[in-house]
Amino acid sequence: MSERVLLVDDEPEFLEAMAERMRTRGLNVTTAASAREALELVGKETFDAVILDLMMPGMDGLEAFKALRAGHEDAQVIFLTGHASVEKGIEAMKLGAMDFVEKPADLNQLLEKIRSAKAQKMILVEKKAQEKIKDILTERGW
Amino acid sequence: MLKALKPKFWDQGAGPASHRSLFNYRRLWLLVLGLMFGVSFVPLALMAGIDFSISRQAAEQETELRMSQLVSNTRRTISYFIGERVSALGFIAADNTPDELADPARLATLLELLKSSFSGFVDLGVIGADGVQLAYVGPFELAGKDYSGQEWFSATQTRGRYVSEVFQGYRGVPHLVVAVRRDLPGGTFLCVRATLDTATFNDFIGAIDLIPQGDAFIINREGVLQTPSRSHGDVLDPVNLPVPPPSTSSEVIYGLGQDGSEIVIGYAYIEGTPFVLMIVKPKTALLRAWYGTRIKLSGLLAGSVLLMVLVFIGVATVLVGRVFEADQRRATALHQAEHAGKLASIGRLAAGVAHEINNPLAIINEKAGLLLDLFTYGRECNQNPKLKGLVDSIITAVERCGAITRRLLSFARHMDVSLSEVDLPHIVHEVLGFLGKEAEYRSIAVDVMTKGEIPRFISDRGKLQQIFLNLVNNAFAAMSDGGHLTIAIRREDPDWIAVTVADDGCGIPEADLKRIFEPFFTTRKSKGGTGLGLSITYGLVQDLGGRVEVDSHVGQGTTFVIHLPLAGGKKEA
Repeated sequence: MSERVLLVDDEPEFLEAMAERMRTRGLNVTTAASAREALELVGKETFDAVILDLMMPGMDGLEAFKALRAGHEDAQVIFLTGHASVEKGIEAMKLGAMDFVEKPADLNQLLEKIRSAKAQKMILVEKKAQEKIKDILTERGW
Repeated sequence: MLKALKPKFWDQGAGPASHRSLFNYRRLWLLVLGLMFGVSFVPLALMAGIDFSISRQAAEQETELRMSQLVSNTRRTISYFIGERVSALGFIAADNTPDELADPARLATLLELLKSSFSGFVDLGVIGADGVQLAYVGPFELAGKDYSGQEWFSATQTRGRYVSEVFQGYRGVPHLVVAVRRDLPGGTFLCVRATLDTATFNDFIGAIDLIPQGDAFIINREGVLQTPSRSHGDVLDPVNLPVPPPSTSSEVIYGLGQDGSEIVIGYAYIEGTPFVLMIVKPKTALLRAWYGTRIKLSGLLAGSVLLMVLVFIGVATVLVGRVFEADQRRATALHQAEHAGKLASIGRLAAGVAHEINNPLAIINEKAGLLLDLFTYGRECNQNPKLKGLVDSIITAVERCGAITRRLLSFARHMDVSLSEVDLPHIVHEVLGFLGKEAEYRSIAVDVMTKGEIPRFISDRGKLQQIFLNLVNNAFAAMSDGGHLTIAIRREDPDWIAVTVADDGCGIPEADLKRIFEPFFTTRKSKGGTGLGLSITYGLVQDLGGRVEVDSHVGQGTTFVIHLPLAGGKKEA
């Protein structure tokens, strides 16, 4: 089963190249050129990992992350940014981001992080499923 | 010796570099000195000058007065001396009858009486109206001598009494003659004449209390000396001074002596006689007392002027020295502020550039990656090894660019100081731990010395690590294999710790020393130096409230000294 990734960046050139490379490596990549578009997509489908640029015109990465987390608390977000500022990174991590990668990113490193994000998500989903089963067992048990 | 005395500012600001400092110190110094001298010496000199002339005038007046008094007194005495004898003669003439006067025996008695009462009488004669001596007593045989044609006789006849000039008579001894007229009934007269010995007269002049250089004598109205003088000729010689103008009272005049020196002459015409009394004194001798006082005062003045000059020079030097020091401090502070400001603005610029470059860099990276992917996974993979190599080098170059932008950003990074208690020697050892392998491999000897108790203090551990990592890295780069690195940690004073990182590497040329903390300044461009290590270190040390000092000699090595405050990073980064 291929990882489903949402790639959000305001640079279309970067977006396309990155998406194509990921697809070549067998990932299921959806792209969004803005934070709003990304939020819409997240509403429609589920992704194993969201790769979010920190610096974007309009709604920036951190705001987008907060909005995303509001609806989908199990979303695994990896920040990607050209502004390698540690304070931003720390802020993002504090907010609950999965990880933080500096541009220009090493693709293999990024893939590694996506995989671990997926694993994390699986655990979360499994936990959720177990809880649900537990709920069902306790509530509907007879 | 002179060099040691020369103040520090002397050579500053005088040369062509004067635009660098606010003042021309040498000119300032001279100005201060000139002002002080002006306001103190001008009035002083004026006062001294006025005092000099006034006191000199007073001294001269005093001298004149004294001289005048002396002349007056002496004139009175001489006048009295002669008058007394003339009066005695007059008394004798009046008290005796003409017959008695003509009697030599009586005359001899009278001479004896005169000699016993008054000194100086030598002989006594009585002359008839026809000018023939009727009677004479004395050491010579002058009885019967006819005086009728002589000038003194006619003068006595007309004036009643007569005092002659001093002359050398028959005896070859200077003497003078006094004569009085005795009127007789019937219009005739007798003339009583006496010769006076000038010795008494001379004793008299000689008795005047004189200073050694002084001289007192009597001349007649033609300038012939009547008494011997000390330095103006002997009796009956013409005096070597001009005859002073006639005057009824005592006068004081100034003249030039024979040797050209100034002299003071006091003189008086003695009434009823042909005599002029003269007292001569050299001016210098008279003003000696005044000169003595003058010299003492002048000495005092010179001493105080010398003292003032010394004090003024000292004060001006200290004053200008202070100004110079303050100016230097201001310049240094300004320079530091300038430097810090420059670094900060370069930092902001660098951060902006790094950020802007990162995005296109990411695109290049991904495009190149994609290209590589096409060759690796693509169906139409023409396995051209050359193309793959080209893409690889693009990616390597991008990685290098990424490394540079990351360092740039960390240079510009101003994150909060995260404080914790740190153990400085421990941190240094930790840092050396990272680089231990390299040191071992290159056989570099690393010594860590701790002097005194190094307390644990509150600081930023991460920043300290980075600071020492940078410095040790630089030292390793500067040294050839087998070098020595010495790290000394010591407590400078209660508030500061100093860490010295000294290597024996290639050293930094003096021209570069000023620029080493500037970003992008590197001498290792070819070996991948970014020129950011030391500027980051500088920024970090400043963040911690400390300062960096560097001392380097080409070929001998470089010493960095990091001063860290024990109070911790008070400074808000």
